[in-house]
Amino acid sequence: MSAITLDELKEKKKELRAMRKAMESETRARIVVHMGTCGVASGAQKILDRVSQLIDAEGANDIQIMTSGCAGLCSREPMLTVEMGNAPPVKYAELTESKAEKIFKKHVLGGKIVESSLLAVGSEMTR
Amino acid sequence: MKECKTQVRVCAGTSCACRGSFEVQQAIEHDLAERGLANEFQIEATECSAHCGQGPVVEIASHGSIHAGVDVSDVSSFVDECVLKEPPAQDLFPQPGNGIDGLPKMADVGFFKHQRLVVLRNRGLIDPDNIDDYIALDGFEGLAKALLSMTQVEIIDEMKKSGIRGRGGAGFPTGVKWEFCQKVQGDTKYVICNADEGDPGAFMDRSVMEGNPHAVLEGMIIGGKAIGATNGVIYLRDEYPLALKRLTNAIGQLEEYGLLGDNILGSGHSFNIRVVRGGGAFVCGEETSLIASLEGKAGRPRPRPPFPANEGFWSKPTTINNVETWANVPVIINRGGDWYSSIGTESSKGTKVFSLVGKVENTGLVEVPMGTTLRRIIFDIGGGIPDGKKFKAVQSGGPSGGCIPESLIDLPVDYEELAKVGAIMGSGGLIVMDESACMVDVAKFFLSFLVEESCGKCTPCREGVLRMHEILTKIAEGKGTAEDIELLEELAMVVKDASLCALGGTAPNPVLSTLRYFREEYEAHLNEGRCPAGVCRSLITYSIDQEICHGCSACQQSCPVDAISGEKKEPHEIDAALCTKCGACQESCRFDAVLVV
Repeated sequence: MSAITLDELKEKKKELRAMRKAMESETRARIVVHMGTCGVASGAQKILDRVSQLIDAEGANDIQIMTSGCAGLCSREPMLTVEMGNAPPVKYAELTESKAEKIFKKHVLGGKIVESSLLAVGSEMTR
Repeated sequence: MKECKTQVRVCAGTSCACRGSFEVQQAIEHDLAERGLANEFQIEATECSAHCGQGPVVEIASHGSIHAGVDVSDVSSFVDECVLKEPPAQDLFPQPGNGIDGLPKMADVGFFKHQRLVVLRNRGLIDPDNIDDYIALDGFEGLAKALLSMTQVEIIDEMKKSGIRGRGGAGFPTGVKWEFCQKVQGDTKYVICNADEGDPGAFMDRSVMEGNPHAVLEGMIIGGKAIGATNGVIYLRDEYPLALKRLTNAIGQLEEYGLLGDNILGSGHSFNIRVVRGGGAFVCGEETSLIASLEGKAGRPRPRPPFPANEGFWSKPTTINNVETWANVPVIINRGGDWYSSIGTESSKGTKVFSLVGKVENTGLVEVPMGTTLRRIIFDIGGGIPDGKKFKAVQSGGPSGGCIPESLIDLPVDYEELAKVGAIMGSGGLIVMDESACMVDVAKFFLSFLVEESCGKCTPCREGVLRMHEILTKIAEGKGTAEDIELLEELAMVVKDASLCALGGTAPNPVLSTLRYFREEYEAHLNEGRCPAGVCRSLITYSIDQEICHGCSACQQSCPVDAISGEKKEPHEIDAALCTKCGACQESCRFDAVLVV
């Protein structure tokens, strides 16, 4: 790929934002597993593997899974966030593989938030 | 008429911000000002109402209305139909649907409620291995601005205006540092990112590199243009394999996009970055040691001046900043120095990332505006002390910092305030201690770290810190003498004044600050042979309260040296001659019958 120009960069950002927006309506859910060193140390890789397996088993290619860095609250890792449609993101904390499976089945597939593992809904504040 | 102002609240949640809520807020302010109505409205950023996905969300408090999807292009009609009209036109700008009621929101959780994210603004939102995620969230906007529409002097002026000071510890104004380097003549200059985060308990920089690696690189490229450098080096400690992987990957992506390399964005500015892995010596966080290590020599400091701005890496003019400082740069350039300096205190601008650890309910990464009180950080964000114990002190700034006692809990955290009480900002490690911590033991712990980490080049640090540690060990063993405190203080002054670099210069801080605030604990060790917190092994004995003991034998089973005897259901006893004071019995006792005196 040749070096990007300013116009291409702006165009790219526009496309990416449009893609993100389209994804919201086209994909059923996006699952973010928070994998900073703190998350990995408390078992986030297992959570990622389990959820990936579940998606495969379901054959659900409209469910997206991705990783991010640390979500901040290291003492309550592993954490994951479920984003569905235009509903606010839902953050779950202190997960195990079986809790993650429950979240996948009840929330991602069934649309019902699993309150027992819930940390909070919504976004953090910036400045 | 001030009290009658109509409040317009624009959501400052990270999700709405990604959708342009700041631009919307500015546009509303601008629109109302043009209509001459600026004084009748109070426009403010507000916390997330959990309508993410439908933002930007704007609330008009006096109408009791809330509107979703207010795009910056619709602002003028939004002001007509909703801000100025009552009742507002809910059909044009509908109330957000699909809210989740009755569940805790991020803004209700203490840990998140009081944080304001600037450096960590993308946390949890982007895939650090995907440059496109970063671009979608305003990545490289600052870079484009700096490279294509600003001169070197303009970039430096913006940095000076922002008031940002180095986040690595010393707190030197970043813009001034860049200016020194820019003014030095020379065709080869270097930009260095100090990623040798070495304080025990500190992990801010690691998290920034792991979660938002592209921002660090973007900051360095901007810095490169400002000082006139075409090469950057990240000196990363080898204990951070995940940060290494993500940075290396991010560098590859920037190169692929042409955002690193020759003629970036057609601006004529070229820049390359490589990562060098350091051995993880604490002293290499000091800039001259870091440079020596980069050059393949032993990581040892040298006297300054000459400062790296004049003679740095390979004796060329060099600007070194820490990871968090670099990650701030793109946001400052993108949103302006005035915006940045509106956050914080008189002398310390912006936000600071802390790693909050120790005896505190919520441990993790905390970003707050400068000037936030310790009480807010430890109790509101940290959730207070676990197990119903009492807060005793907090160590700020790692081994170079000091212990701040409970009486100063309302201290606003900024560079000057921390220095006044004998601590330092440092890179942002906050270690919380409860009543079970012995301050002599704490000072001894930090000094033992520094004895290991002193490079040995200068005598005051090599010998002085070692002797101070010996005295502390003596006190902790109950063998101290009356003169020891005086001797400690005298040694501390010599080490502080005569050491070559900041490692020695700040090494006595843990001792001086604990002496300042917890002198009576030292005196109890010295004069009464007693450790009030029950930590120093030589000064304590374990026994079992015969009244409370149920004779369950849990302690007997836990004791590794068979020092506990007693019949089942009869009170047990500890043989002091055999006891190694490991504390296993106390942990195993369900009735709190094991006493430490």
